[in-house]
Amino acid sequence: MKFARLVAVLTLSVLGFSLSNAQLKLNGAGATFPYVIYSKWFDVYHQKTGIEFNYQSIGSGGGIKQVIEGTVDFGASDGPMTTEQLKDAATKQGTEVLHIPTVMGAVVLTYNMPGVGQGLKLTPEVLADIYLGQITMWNDPKLTSLNPGMNLPSQQILVAHRSDGSGTSFIFTDYLTKVSKTWEQKVGRGTSVNWPVGLGGKGNEGVSGLVKQLPGSIGYVELAYAVKNNLPYARLRNRAGNFVEPKLESVTAAAAGAAKNMPADLRVSITDADGKDSYPISGFTWLLVYKHMKDKAKGAALVTFLRWAMTDGQSYAKGLLYAPLPKQVVSLCEAKIREVKF
Amino acid sequence: MLLVILQGEISPTVGRGGGAIPRASALKTSPKRNLGDVVFKYTTLMFAVIVLSLILLMAYEMYVDSKPSILKFGWGFLTGTTWDPVQENYGALPFVFGTMASSFLALLIALPLSLGIAVFLSEMAPSWLERPLSFLIELLAGIPSIVYGLWGIFILVPWIRSSIEPPLSGYLGSLPIFRGAPYGFGMLAAGLILSVMILPIVASISRDVLKAVPQSQREASLAIGATKWESIRLILKDARSGILGATLLGLGRAIGETMAVTMVIGNRPTISASLFDPGYTMASVIANEFTEATTSMYISALIEIAILLFLITIIVNMLARLLVWSATRGKL
Repeated sequence: MKFARLVAVLTLSVLGFSLSNAQLKLNGAGATFPYVIYSKWFDVYHQKTGIEFNYQSIGSGGGIKQVIEGTVDFGASDGPMTTEQLKDAATKQGTEVLHIPTVMGAVVLTYNMPGVGQGLKLTPEVLADIYLGQITMWNDPKLTSLNPGMNLPSQQILVAHRSDGSGTSFIFTDYLTKVSKTWEQKVGRGTSVNWPVGLGGKGNEGVSGLVKQLPGSIGYVELAYAVKNNLPYARLRNRAGNFVEPKLESVTAAAAGAAKNMPADLRVSITDADGKDSYPISGFTWLLVYKHMKDKAKGAALVTFLRWAMTDGQSYAKGLLYAPLPKQVVSLCEAKIREVKF
Repeated sequence: MLLVILQGEISPTVGRGGGAIPRASALKTSPKRNLGDVVFKYTTLMFAVIVLSLILLMAYEMYVDSKPSILKFGWGFLTGTTWDPVQENYGALPFVFGTMASSFLALLIALPLSLGIAVFLSEMAPSWLERPLSFLIELLAGIPSIVYGLWGIFILVPWIRSSIEPPLSGYLGSLPIFRGAPYGFGMLAAGLILSVMILPIVASISRDVLKAVPQSQREASLAIGATKWESIRLILKDARSGILGATLLGLGRAIGETMAVTMVIGNRPTISASLFDPGYTMASVIANEFTEATTSMYISALIEIAILLFLITIIVNMLARLLVWSATRGKL
């Protein structure tokens, strides 16, 4: 009897719980880069709480547009919204948009040089000169003096870049803009830029396709893509003067290095970050959340989800080849999440 | 539109629908059926109007969305050669050039091949060979373009780089179209992959057109002592308007092709005489950059490229009509 009642109560409570959340469905759209971990999070969280997330990975630009137009409950982007876009969203939606960093990624330089193995060393200046078309040969003195042990041949450098607009290009050009005055004046930062030299490939697979095909080429891809496909990658000199390998740990270190000077709105680029172990071409990906959620139930659900993502959710990052947020940044994010009203 | 032209070309020779008219007038005696006819007529008319208004609506929407870019750049958009999303400076000439150059190159390669295939299938091939061969060619048309693109990256491009470009630049390097470093990726690869993609369309329509030439023509020319070669030339002359239509249909496909081209063309907005150099096409730049275009001027410029593509497609279609019309007028 007692057991039956217990079962009944349990069933009822489970039923009640799932009923109360049955209609709750949060719609989001945006970046493609964090799609893998977001879908994992949404799936796990759905099984845990019954709250459903519908996330469309239409690209960061599209995510920002949808947030401004108010057609989604939250957005996602690899690049922060501009001040102009934030103003636009504020006037159209009557509420501020908050940036919540979720995980991190990095951009890796991969190359194809027969006879030259893993671990080419690059400095920011040399990298910028290669992408500006000022260093054109592999045996340029600037390259050979950095890599004395390597037998760099007298071969032309073929530069590969992304042809499609992407957050990866944004992080990469943001880095070059920071480290090179010439790059800043001639090219600048953006999801697509007017590349001085090189061939364009569509997506990470397009760039790595170009690099694999063309001996003497160099290109940039996402860290996760490079790791999964075992691409050779270059070590890059960071601000502290150390040559750092792109790894999840060195990306997290970059965020920790940048955490000290984080602006209040968390819209920050962490390329060329301080810290001796920081990998310099790292970047956050953000969820874009309205400060005042019009729908009470949705607001509550989103806030509890975000809290979960900052704590338990982070443990899924490494397995899916994303760099988890360092402790300092998590506490900043949690403070930010508390600002959400509903 | 082109299909309609082709139908018109083929039907006089194959159509046998003489009995339709008396039956239609017999229907008029029954008022109940007449109502059905009226309903049917307007329903079909409505479908036709929907298609037309869809095109007009698309043109209007694109015009409205691209207005900021049209107002800012004016005609300079057509002649500008810089595409710089950071400085918000947009010029579409390299994309127009890339689209036209790759499409015509594809046509140049595909047309003789397709004609050869069509003539063989309709005039020479024994029937046990014709059917499977036709089937295989039509199968080519059904392969998704992304598959062609992957094939392009992994097989065609390395082959071009190692076996096509070095001899071309070695023997014909004095010509400006064969100069430059052989990367494999570039205009030549785009032209080749497009030619493979349009070949089945041009070949299978040309074959149908050739088959539609009445048997009596063949018999007559052979009877007065023509050789097989002379007879085929006569048949080709009869079918020229249909073949022209098939060619322009292929050209239309080449102009609009996106994925396969973007994977092999190198995606660099430059105008170069050399086939070895990379290029960029209108459809590719829209597909590549639209999702991440955030500023309104950027989107507007991309939509203006879409309008250009729209206009070029319309011009090609009109040209097709004009050519077919002048060719048939010469025959009648």
